[in-house]
Amino acid sequence: MKKNNWKAWLYLLPAIAFLAVFMIYPLIDVCVYSLEENYSFASGEATGIGLANFRHVLSDPFFVQALRNTFLIVIITVPVSTGVSLLISLGLSSIKRLQNAFQTIYFLPYVTNTLAVGLVFMILFQDKERARGLVNQIIVWLGGTGVDFIDGPYWAKMFVMCFYTVWVVMPFKILIMTSALASVNPDYYKAAKVDGASSFRIFRKITLPMISSTVFYLIITGFIGAFKAYSDEVALFGTNLNAAGMNTIVGYVYDMLYGSSGGYPSYAAAAALILFAIVFTITFINLTVSRKTVQYV
Amino acid sequence: MKVVLQDLTKRFASRQEKGKDVIAVNHFDFEIPDGQLVGLLGPSGCGKSTTLNLISGLETPSEGKIFFGDRDVTQLPPEERGVGLVFQNYALYPHLTVEENIIFPLQNLKGKQKMTKEAMREKALEVARLVQIDQLMERKPRELSGGQQQRVAIARALVKIPNVLLLDEPLSNLDARLRLQTREELRRIQRDTGVTTIFVTHDQEEAMSISDLIIVMKDGVVNQIGKPQEVYDDPVNLFVAQFLGTPAINVLEGEIRDGSLYIGQEAVLPMAGKAEGPVWVGIRPEGFVLDEKGPFTCEMDRVEVMGRDVSVVCRHAKMTGRNLRAIIPAESGVRPGQREVRFSLKPYKVFVFDRESEARR
Repeated sequence: MKKNNWKAWLYLLPAIAFLAVFMIYPLIDVCVYSLEENYSFASGEATGIGLANFRHVLSDPFFVQALRNTFLIVIITVPVSTGVSLLISLGLSSIKRLQNAFQTIYFLPYVTNTLAVGLVFMILFQDKERARGLVNQIIVWLGGTGVDFIDGPYWAKMFVMCFYTVWVVMPFKILIMTSALASVNPDYYKAAKVDGASSFRIFRKITLPMISSTVFYLIITGFIGAFKAYSDEVALFGTNLNAAGMNTIVGYVYDMLYGSSGGYPSYAAAAALILFAIVFTITFINLTVSRKTVQYV
Repeated sequence: MKVVLQDLTKRFASRQEKGKDVIAVNHFDFEIPDGQLVGLLGPSGCGKSTTLNLISGLETPSEGKIFFGDRDVTQLPPEERGVGLVFQNYALYPHLTVEENIIFPLQNLKGKQKMTKEAMREKALEVARLVQIDQLMERKPRELSGGQQQRVAIARALVKIPNVLLLDEPLSNLDARLRLQTREELRRIQRDTGVTTIFVTHDQEEAMSISDLIIVMKDGVVNQIGKPQEVYDDPVNLFVAQFLGTPAINVLEGEIRDGSLYIGQEAVLPMAGKAEGPVWVGIRPEGFVLDEKGPFTCEMDRVEVMGRDVSVVCRHAKMTGRNLRAIIPAESGVRPGQREVRFSLKPYKVFVFDRESEARR
């Protein structure tokens, strides 16, 4: 046993070295950065060690705004995208004709460039003097007043943001869920039908438990992905997210490092660690809940 | 409850050729009496499972009608027919316990039939006792052996007291020893409940051993219906004769002429009053009697000892397929070194079939 041990370590070495350089060292470094007070890029020195950076970040209105935006996006898009994907997947697996064609159509957004989709959304939803987007044209045609979803009130921007996020994350979920649904042995459905179960009961008592591990996987990765949202916001509202009031935590971290107000690695590190703590906690809760509800079959 | 199939036909669109139909079930017309255990027997792909699906309502027939008793159920969905169905792979819900699996059909009951939780549990326990799995109620299906899983599946199918119990290849997923046991068990459960039971199998031994009635199918057509022994002793055509019995019946080229049945140049049996001409001759392995003056000669290959009996494997020029096999009592005194053996034939073990239609002559 012992002889084999060093061999195992040897095989693991490349991966460990890689992880150490690009994951573990930066992680430690981030922790160190976040504790160094008044660190200056120019001198490379700090005045002391403490929690001042966290205090600063938490009292920064831009961070609070980013935190609020991120939470809203997470709370709205994860359930909506998972639920709608489930419905679409159920639809896709129950049709017989043109199933492949529809699957391809629903998968297209996944292979489309985020920025390109963002541009399309911008054009669709904007309401400028000489460039009224299709959505607003429809609203006006129906007798409403146009709203600029891109550069207008907060709720409108948040709406289009969530709409866009759901749109972007759904293809992957649909893909995974249709294959999970396809892997359920049709005999279970036949058995349930002979046993007189209604289709809703079949869904709730058989389909859902059978694919629960997949749904749960999608919820966890959905949470993590939504917490790390940034590029989607840039695609819709441009790089100055603070001005648009649509910044996210990752956006805030980026701004603190490289943005026009940037140059504060310590604040960035503190914000990143706060995000880490949040994601960690949520994932832990998710796992705990799943242990009681998910069927691994 | 008796089950009547009236001119039942099921066509599927062919996958190979567009616009062409495959007839899985071809004009079935028979009646299964109440309380019988019926074996639906045939080679794979002959439409047995489709027949079962038609009776259960999972498939709708292209033509014809199905009656349970006097009630026409042809257009009824499965849940309204009151059938219990046991799948080949059992299809037990893997995330539910044995008890939850058995209760599942009861929870689907609506309106007046609705039961309280207590009543359901009691009912479940009752059928679980019947199939002897009442000790396993809290287990998940994956913690059970194949035989136990099957019992759970049967319990689930029986819990609503179905009009008809349908089993699709019930024994094929079990190992040989368990298969024998379960076979007896199936017979017992059916006797205890008195539910009309139809099971599908490709194993003729299985069907013969427990059925009250067997239905032999080929290519979507019913060939013969009858009590197992009757079908065995009196097959209507070459297919039925070949399909029933292990070892299989020996089929030889023969000819009827001058009031005798000839195999090669040997007149093996007198056969008066039958149309002359070339025929297929089917001889059951147990239809041979070792007889030094017998009319049927063949070249001996080897002798296989089976204990009480021996199986004499021979070659014969007119034999179709593999070697000819005769089963005779061990004390008949066949010598392994012998080159040539002579037999006389038991007339009731010899069947003559038309060369063209393969129907019994």
